[in-house]
Amino acid sequence: MAFILKKAAISALVALGLFFLMIGIRTEAGSSGQLIYWTRFGELAAMVGAVFAGSIVIELLRRWIGPVGGVELPAGVRATFATLGRLLAPALLIFALLVPVIFYKERYLLDLGILVLTYVMLGWGLNIVVGLAGLLDLGYVAFYAVGAYSYALLAQSPLPLPHLVDGFPFVAFSMEQLGPWAFWVLLPVSGLLAALWGVILGFPVLRLRGDYLAIVTLAFGEIIRLVILNWQDLTGGPNGISGIPRPTVFGIPLTPGEHGFAAMIGVPFSPTHRLVFLFYLILALALLTNWATIRLRRLPIGRAWEAMREDEVACRALGINITTTKLSAFAIGAMFGGFAGAFFATRQGFISPESFTFQESALVLAIVVLGGMGSQLGVALAAIAMIGGFELFRGLDQFRMLVFGGVMVLLMIWRPRGLIGHRAPTVFLQKRTEISSSLVKEGHG
Amino acid sequence: MSAAATPLLAIRGLRAAYGKIEALKGVDLDIATGEIVALIGANGAGKSTLMMSIFGRPRARAGHILFGGRDITALPAHEVARLRIAQSPEGRRIFPRMSVAENLQMGADATPGSAAERAMSLERVLKLFPRLEERMAQRGGTLSGGEQQMLAIGRALMSRPRLLLLDEPSLGLAPLITRQIFAAIRALNREDGLTVLIVEQNANHALRLAHRGYVMVNGLITMSGGGMELLQRPEIRAAYLEGGRRA
Repeated sequence: MAFILKKAAISALVALGLFFLMIGIRTEAGSSGQLIYWTRFGELAAMVGAVFAGSIVIELLRRWIGPVGGVELPAGVRATFATLGRLLAPALLIFALLVPVIFYKERYLLDLGILVLTYVMLGWGLNIVVGLAGLLDLGYVAFYAVGAYSYALLAQSPLPLPHLVDGFPFVAFSMEQLGPWAFWVLLPVSGLLAALWGVILGFPVLRLRGDYLAIVTLAFGEIIRLVILNWQDLTGGPNGISGIPRPTVFGIPLTPGEHGFAAMIGVPFSPTHRLVFLFYLILALALLTNWATIRLRRLPIGRAWEAMREDEVACRALGINITTTKLSAFAIGAMFGGFAGAFFATRQGFISPESFTFQESALVLAIVVLGGMGSQLGVALAAIAMIGGFELFRGLDQFRMLVFGGVMVLLMIWRPRGLIGHRAPTVFLQKRTEISSSLVKEGHG
Repeated sequence: MSAAATPLLAIRGLRAAYGKIEALKGVDLDIATGEIVALIGANGAGKSTLMMSIFGRPRARAGHILFGGRDITALPAHEVARLRIAQSPEGRRIFPRMSVAENLQMGADATPGSAAERAMSLERVLKLFPRLEERMAQRGGTLSGGEQQMLAIGRALMSRPRLLLLDEPSLGLAPLITRQIFAAIRALNREDGLTVLIVEQNANHALRLAHRGYVMVNGLITMSGGGMELLQRPEIRAAYLEGGRRA
């Protein structure tokens, strides 16, 4: 008990130090610009008291509920939980596929679903860099921005493209003439450009690890944002870029009129069609990211990423080239960020530097950490919880950050390794069977 | 075999330093194919530095390292490993969050070899350390110290090395486990003809195992000779055996 009180007192003291100026003294600019201030010691006392009481409550909760792992659940219950856990991912996938069917009339929910899936994709992309390769990247939003701006700028630029159809030599034709195919041609281009910037970031940070790497990536993210903000001729600066081409169903525009998708399949036009299409598009992109990650983890390159996260020195001694391993992790992670960025641009039709602040990087990183570094399902659940939770508490208005922070603290107390901290192995080495061993013996003789 | 004529590994006048502190002050060392060579010496004599400098960390300031006649002094670490020089580093350095199977797979990933060769190496490793087979799906970090050492050696063997470097394989292990590991090294040498360089503080064990030994003091080789021959020398007994026991 003395320990709890002591801890609560220390927390309260820290709170007093923090809040003394933040809450205790309120400053404002007066009518003629002079500084006016007044004290709010009552509120300060209430805050410090709340911290003191809250600290005691948390500590008590921890004692009662803390040792969850110590409680032996009956075998039947555990087996049920295991089955539920296995079924969770397929169930989520089926639910995701059905969302536009179930919520066809709820534009708001469809929009929210698209937003959640965008963050699922960003989380999975960043998971390659942070979760698998162990490179703490605080500037992931830079690649998201590169993807978005690549698509937005290229789709509207008169850059010449080689035109192969009319034979040799090339006849130049402009990007603007891509017309309805703009998104499909420029999506891979945006991804590749983002990957290129991933490599550009990768080179200077090859020797950095941990905190130092985090600072440089943070700066990188800010540099990209500030360049976009200030290079007015190209990016429009704070005004952003508007009129970005909307996506098409492989060339068929989602517009009213006789050439639109609705007319093609013979149903009346509805603006919801575009939302449904965007939903499936981002779902497909996210699943592509997931599939690629799962595949890569089973290949030597993915294994090398994970081994590099564990021990760089040992990797080198085993013949792993750390330079290419790191650069490939940055490049591939950035590429998926770029895809998500291009999707974001085509979805919004308008982008500006405001969408690519550090807060986005922090949010995506929080999703990865909360999900349990390296766990695909965990990242998806965390994205749903974070983005969905944000919306859920919209009614609480100014308190939602408070609720959000509180949930994060509780989660890190009870599940310090993330929602799903378990890492599934990818290699199942088998000893050779009798047949193959006898074959080899034959070779010897 | 022309092992006697051209040594598999030849170190000539090797100097290396950490900043201003010179750790190797001109070391000469030879390892012939099929030999077990022990490098013994007190803490801080430069044994591990010598082993690490084969992998270019720290890089040699002077002198040469020749492997099979080729100068590898300036080669980056991963390329040295691809020449099939494998090491079980000091402190074992297994991948704690990856499974035993994945750890072993990592040993074979970067060096060329067919699936059949890989399966053969795996079979050899598991025959040598049957304990690892029981632990294949377990995370490396959950193994006991002895098992981790077995895993580190097993991982190194997965690349079918021409030269195996072992840095203090007995460190922190119970005598029984140490004996098992040394028996495995002897078996690898006798049955597979594997060439081994072993760095040890446990001079008694290492010199009994080795064909030849080198004694290192303050960054210099001060003595060399047959393993048992070194073990009989009074100055070795005084410095590394009885003295060590009394301490």
